[in-house]
Amino acid sequence: MAEFLLELFSEEIPARMQARAAEDLKTLVTGALKAAGLAFDRAEAFVTPRRLALVVDGLPAVRPDVVEERKGPKVDAPQQAIDGFLKATGLTLEQCEQRDTPKGKIWFANLIIPGGPTADLLPEVIRKAILGLPWPKSMRAAEEVVRWVRPLHHVLALFDGKLVPFRYDLHRPDIDGSGEGAKAAVDSTVGHRFLAPGRISVAGFADYRAKLRDAYVVLDREERKALIKAQVEQQAKAAGLALRDDPGLLEEVAGLVEWPVVHLGRIDDAFMEVPEEVLVTSMRTHQRYFALEGADGTLAPRFAVVANTETKDGGATVIAGNERVLRARLSDAKFFWDQDRKTPLESRVKDLEPIIFHARLGSVAQKVERMAALSAWLAPKLGADPALADRAARLAKADLTSGMVGEFPELQGLMGRYYALAQGEPPAVAEAIADHYKPVGPSDRCPTAPVSIAVALADKLDTLAGFFAIDEKPTGSRDPYALRRAALGVIRLITENKLSLSLRAAFGAAWDAYRVDGLRDRTVVVEELLSFIADRLKVAMREKGVRHDLIDAVFAVGGEDDLLRLLGRVDALAAFLGSEDGANLLTAYRRAGNIVRIEGKKDGVEAFGEVDPARFAMAQERALFERLEADAQPLRAALAAGDFAGAMTTLAGWRKDVDAFFDAVLVNDPDLALRRNRLALLEDLARSMDAVADFSRVEG
Amino acid sequence: MPPRDLVVAPPPKSFQEIILRLQNFWAAQGCLILQPYDMEVGAGTSHPATTLRSLGPDRVWNVAYVQPSRRPKDGRYGENPNRLQHYYQFQVLMKPAPADSQDLYLRSLYALGIDPALHDIRFVEDDWENPTLGAWGLGWEVWCDGMEVTQYTYFQQVGGIECDPVPVELTYGLERLAMYLLDVKSVYDLPFNDPQTPGAKRYGDVFLRAEREYSAYNFEHADAAILLQHFKDAEQECKALLERRLALPAYDQALKAGHTFNLLDARGVISVVERAAYIGRVRDLARACCRLWLDAA
Repeated sequence: MAEFLLELFSEEIPARMQARAAEDLKTLVTGALKAAGLAFDRAEAFVTPRRLALVVDGLPAVRPDVVEERKGPKVDAPQQAIDGFLKATGLTLEQCEQRDTPKGKIWFANLIIPGGPTADLLPEVIRKAILGLPWPKSMRAAEEVVRWVRPLHHVLALFDGKLVPFRYDLHRPDIDGSGEGAKAAVDSTVGHRFLAPGRISVAGFADYRAKLRDAYVVLDREERKALIKAQVEQQAKAAGLALRDDPGLLEEVAGLVEWPVVHLGRIDDAFMEVPEEVLVTSMRTHQRYFALEGADGTLAPRFAVVANTETKDGGATVIAGNERVLRARLSDAKFFWDQDRKTPLESRVKDLEPIIFHARLGSVAQKVERMAALSAWLAPKLGADPALADRAARLAKADLTSGMVGEFPELQGLMGRYYALAQGEPPAVAEAIADHYKPVGPSDRCPTAPVSIAVALADKLDTLAGFFAIDEKPTGSRDPYALRRAALGVIRLITENKLSLSLRAAFGAAWDAYRVDGLRDRTVVVEELLSFIADRLKVAMREKGVRHDLIDAVFAVGGEDDLLRLLGRVDALAAFLGSEDGANLLTAYRRAGNIVRIEGKKDGVEAFGEVDPARFAMAQERALFERLEADAQPLRAALAAGDFAGAMTTLAGWRKDVDAFFDAVLVNDPDLALRRNRLALLEDLARSMDAVADFSRVEG
Repeated sequence: MPPRDLVVAPPPKSFQEIILRLQNFWAAQGCLILQPYDMEVGAGTSHPATTLRSLGPDRVWNVAYVQPSRRPKDGRYGENPNRLQHYYQFQVLMKPAPADSQDLYLRSLYALGIDPALHDIRFVEDDWENPTLGAWGLGWEVWCDGMEVTQYTYFQQVGGIECDPVPVELTYGLERLAMYLLDVKSVYDLPFNDPQTPGAKRYGDVFLRAEREYSAYNFEHADAAILLQHFKDAEQECKALLERRLALPAYDQALKAGHTFNLLDARGVISVVERAAYIGRVRDLARACCRLWLDAA
């Protein structure tokens, strides 16, 4: 068994592309190996800023012959077809065999694909990998024609410790390596750009990894992440501080270094009065620094920078340089903080006029007007003060024109809150400004304060209504206006805050707020939005582990536009089916359904019509009928009142009569009139149950 | 530790010494040392020695030069220690991009006294785009101890035309680099020449008054009506020259239109919607000039 080692060495690969590239390389190479009939034990990919590496273990030194069976034409097929088959396989008729098949005698051929040294097959595998790697963005270098993420410098390829005879030429689209511009694979690499720039010869993967380590390169990305985290934590601890966890930043930084060396720097006290979100964002997005915090969780005036090298002054120059850069950055941030507070949010609202929300839906200023109207409409329904909701909605987008949000768009909303508080707005208004974009996904915090909910809902309802009204609905994987996310936001705001709200009325109000021409019909738009929300609700609930068949069963009843009531029904249905009475009634429902379907088919009828009490022959049929009759009105009333638990209790009460009916009554009575009436009674039972939920959709 | 044959120069003493060292270094690599283009441009890329020459006709073109860059909007009346409406870029263009361009570039840093045994130098993804030139490329910001010292780009398209062969463009922000190397907190304190020289001058002695006056002009006194007329005139002249198949004079007019647009933008008379349209008009001119430059060669 032998080992294959491949390294593609290039100029710095963007950090965000590295992990994916390593996986892609592994998939491509192992796929090509399998396609070439080569089995192996294990494959592992690695990536640093300058190299993609892959080791495949347990490959055979020699690939065995592979026998491939080919099916040919029928034995009695025209000669032309048989000749064609022989030509394609390169065999004579004597080398083929006849076999009996259900379709008659057919010619079969066994093609033997000769094996050979595995090393001979590897160049093609490497070639496919280089050509197949799907970089999100790629470039041509110098006079080359093959696109790669950045200039590719060498290909290291070893099989069983020996150099693979691979030649390639990036000046040719197929990288065919037979011409003059071709390069050969190598059996050496280079270490850290500054700490160990010389060439290192490599004998195999273990040797490669160990020598790189000696040459200041930590090959394994996960190990680099662990090293960075441990170093930051240890140095923070020594300073009496703690790392503020930031997995996303750790991922990125691990892709910016081959030899991580952590240093702590200081943030000037003068900047600590700026909101900490601003400091953290500036450090993070511009400088890739980790934030540290004190025991009370507040931001500490220190940062952790991950350098890519060891320096002879122990990092003093590196730290001083980074502190200097941060000072310049934060001076900008402090400037915006000081400047922005000089302009009241209210006077920024008019600056939203030239900002386009959507060419057909008007400006952001117009959106704000609609949000204010909608928030005030929603407020009483949510227990929020309409005046505060209106105020918050009017100011919600004003920070978009501030210098700070111009510089750090991700601080939208948050800066609005700071500026609102600074100008003395009520806290509820400030919170609503900060939270109105929320929740921005399934795991984001969901607002709970009434005014915040009103503005957050208004923003999303307005967006959904507008885009549906101009027929810009999501399709497949395309959702450029993030309408699915907006719908999920609506669902989470309503369900998690247990709001009773008619969505039909809410979407209608959102549509009414638009003052632009060319919108699609109000009713059509609202109904489409309701079914869009229903779809998203199913997805959201499925992810929470709610049985989708129960959701389907409740949705199938239709007419309900109050999410809280819908989910209440689902819960009640789940509880009911979990009880003995419920399970039993479901069995009876199915039995009834089966009988009605089978008999209906026999008779060639869709339905058996009305029950005729005059035709009852047995007490059990009468008892069941009377039970259904007696409960019909209370059941309707319970459903209308949203009392699903009550409706389910009513259903549970039917069990005795249903059981007694099936025990005693023969549905298929020879008397056809009796039979028909009993089938009609079973239909009645199913219909009565379906008014609560469509039990035919329940699975299991 | 770095290899022993690495030569790191002693630190420079002045702003002009940084320029001289870069010129000497790149001249030694075989670059033509050109002089700044004599028009107002926003970046060294706009110099025809980069824009037009990155497309053709020569397959080999290596050049370096200083280019004064004007960004009217960035003026701060001389009050911000880091921001200027007129500053210098040192620009290198090598076509085709040499296989060892990163090593060459790093040696230019060593020539400026940046010692990798003391500093943390990194290549961080940054894809470059210039919408008014219809140009883009892939590359990095080069970081020295967290500070961006150079924009490093493999051009892929210029004027909407594919670059073949692909050049590499290096753009050093000279003031920022100098502030770091000479350890001053305000750009105006930079020693322009060796401070030991009798009558030595600082950057502020040379440019502070200009920053104040041009900020006032850019933001307050530029006459919008005249500028709008200038824009139209430059656009019209550019098109007329394109008709006469005079690529270089036409390109000058495209640059003039570009700078006039920047002035109008700083003056605050261009709305968000109009902005994109103006950029599009300048880009159309630049593209047409690039195409003609190749066609008429």
